[in-house]
Amino acid sequence: MTDKTVKPTPSEKKDDKFDLRQIFEGSYNTLLPLLAIFTGLVIGAIVIAGTDATVIAAWKNFFQAPGAAFAATWTSIATAYGALFGGSLGNPRDIVAGFQTYFSTGDNAALLKAIYPITESLTTATPYIFAGLAVAVGFRCGLFNIGAEGQFFMGALGSVFVGYSLQGLPAFIHLPLALLGGIAAGALWGAIPGYLKAKFGAHEVVNTIMMNWIGFRLSDWLLNGPMKSPGFRPVTRNIAESAQLPHFFPDPLRVNWGFILALLVAWLIYWLLFKTTIGFEIRTVGANPDAAKYAGVNIVRNFVLAMVISGGLAGLSGASQVLGVDHWVGQGFSAGYGFDAIAIALLGKSHPFGVVLAALLFGVLRGGATRMQSLAGIPVDIISIIQGLVIVFVAAPDIIRWLYRIRPAEHKQALQSRG
Amino acid sequence: MKKLYSVLAVLLVATMLLTACGTPATEAPAVTEAPATEAPATEAATEAPTAAPTEAPVVIKVGEVTDLGGIDDKSFNATAYAGVEKAVTDFGVEGKYLESQQQSDYAKNIQQFLDEKTNLIVTVGFLLGVDTATAAKANPDTKFAIVDYSYPDCFGDTAVEGQTCGSATELPNVLGLTFQTDQAGFLAGYAAAAMTKTGKVATFGGLEIPPVTIFMTGFKAGVEYYNAQKGTTVEVLPFTYTGNFESTDDGRAFAESFVQEGADIIMPVAGPVGLGSAAYCKETGSCMIVGVDNDWTVSAAEYKDVILTSVLKNTNVAVYTAIQQVVDGSFKGGLYIGTLENGGVGIAAVTGASDELKAELEKLTADIISGAVKVGE
Repeated sequence: MTDKTVKPTPSEKKDDKFDLRQIFEGSYNTLLPLLAIFTGLVIGAIVIAGTDATVIAAWKNFFQAPGAAFAATWTSIATAYGALFGGSLGNPRDIVAGFQTYFSTGDNAALLKAIYPITESLTTATPYIFAGLAVAVGFRCGLFNIGAEGQFFMGALGSVFVGYSLQGLPAFIHLPLALLGGIAAGALWGAIPGYLKAKFGAHEVVNTIMMNWIGFRLSDWLLNGPMKSPGFRPVTRNIAESAQLPHFFPDPLRVNWGFILALLVAWLIYWLLFKTTIGFEIRTVGANPDAAKYAGVNIVRNFVLAMVISGGLAGLSGASQVLGVDHWVGQGFSAGYGFDAIAIALLGKSHPFGVVLAALLFGVLRGGATRMQSLAGIPVDIISIIQGLVIVFVAAPDIIRWLYRIRPAEHKQALQSRG
Repeated sequence: MKKLYSVLAVLLVATMLLTACGTPATEAPAVTEAPATEAPATEAATEAPTAAPTEAPVVIKVGEVTDLGGIDDKSFNATAYAGVEKAVTDFGVEGKYLESQQQSDYAKNIQQFLDEKTNLIVTVGFLLGVDTATAAKANPDTKFAIVDYSYPDCFGDTAVEGQTCGSATELPNVLGLTFQTDQAGFLAGYAAAAMTKTGKVATFGGLEIPPVTIFMTGFKAGVEYYNAQKGTTVEVLPFTYTGNFESTDDGRAFAESFVQEGADIIMPVAGPVGLGSAAYCKETGSCMIVGVDNDWTVSAAEYKDVILTSVLKNTNVAVYTAIQQVVDGSFKGGLYIGTLENGGVGIAAVTGASDELKAELEKLTADIISGAVKVGE
């Protein structure tokens, strides 16, 4: 089958466009996620204020001092979100001042300090991009890959093994090998449920969850046994320097080439999904497997292929975290990247560029959470609440339409429901 | 169908909103417990990074970085923070904590406290060993205390400083908080040997690592000491390990197999895993549990009927001591060793103990402190 025989339909054509201008042109496809994020933040603010003792105390005296109640509420929310976004994007004034010092004196200490928050957000976003792409590819083929977490773990273990077991290789060989090790391990972990689904009809949701647990326990065993470093700690050895993704700046700034790689891979996946026959087949199977079969598309091959790509991306996510940031793997290595990835894929509408934007948002939220916890005393869990709310609103766009009185666009309905 | 989804979603949001408004009543006291975290929050909002120098009296800042267990782990993270909170009340220091959700958070959380010019950073657990040493070396003016770890920790040819281990030398600004839990375990072993009806007791660990095995060897030595004193033959079943600190199912399964082998007192040294064992004992009534780290009749009150006693590792006392040293200026790096003598370790009240046993335990405590009874071989 070549591109000539199967022409993308007009609706397919529209699907691959992800244009920020659509917001202003009133296209609901982009507007709804933005409103979902906004609404999530608003409700998050209510939760923040509602659990703040000072605010509650002020509201108890509402009839004596109504102004104080509102002031306390505002302070509580402003402190929290101020710390959250200050901790994830940095203070613009500090950044400008940092640049001035750098250009006038050549001293980059102030600049590095000022950009630390934003680099940390990008560092956090990096594995999110890969993992979000992993789930998105699955969605495009009609597969719900809940196993990204397990594949992430396997990818991390695969890359750390290549990273520490080979010594004395030049970086241009060792680093790609370590990345491939992560991809291969993740792809294997994804391929198994894909094959089971294609061959025996075993549902991929059940099987990917099952594979998660096998992966977690396997990693427990590996970290306490074969892969354990000398000493008593149940962690692996550190990877060789030649396998590390180079950092852009000196410590403690950790943003690294993994981020650039993530952007490149996002573009690659976009190209694969929307510009190649392989991608067209995957999407056709996702849209309607029966029709695809009737049209002569090999369903089995595409299910397995999509899961291999998905697993490989999730594995690459783990690899990027190991090779770029941690350099070793211990128990409890992941903070649920694979599960957050489902949310990211939903929020990004399973479009690679949407996924990148959603991952950046998650990186900003997660990146600023530390500072928010420290300065405003708000538990990091509030971030999970906000994320959860955003996902609810993205998954049920009718709430947003109802809240903001947006009429559904008839011609987009079909696309929406296919998500 | 679509309508159904939106109705469900609206319900979901409504529940969230209601819980959001509902929680304050119960949450409020928890928040007021740490007033120190509230006060700086408001001033930080106006001018975050440079708020401290404008204040006239210099408030000593203490920050705790938890490991993956989180601040409410009912184990050493929580106990350590209890020490911080006591110092907040007693010395007027400012106390905060940051929870680590993944291993890359360790360095990040330490960095956050460094940015805030925290005077003493308390890191909890050996997993933070490398990051703590790296930060301590780069920031010699900041003081650190690390629970369950100490420096130097680089031994052997394969150790690489800053990677596989923290530091090859002792660090002048880091206090390692370690515990001679074998002393307390010894007492628990003695008590268990006195209380067992089947003549068999057991202990298992999460991982075969020193902070865990030290409980177990102490326990075993205590049983053997009892045998030597009383001419009994109480047996300690061979040590086993679950391989994790999470699975309560494992705790249940281990307890079950120990009971089948004839043991009636079990000491699980594996954090929450032990709760599974306690649940098994409570349901079957066939065994008693020796809790670890803190008093399980308080922290796991639902199982208090089957808690024989608890081996107390008073991380709070250690952390409080470290803060006290910072406050009075006597802080220096090295090693804090929690013992029966300084209250760093201890044993909780023994359920159903006779007055005779109580007296024996008291005497034994005094003897261990004086050195008349040696805990280790």
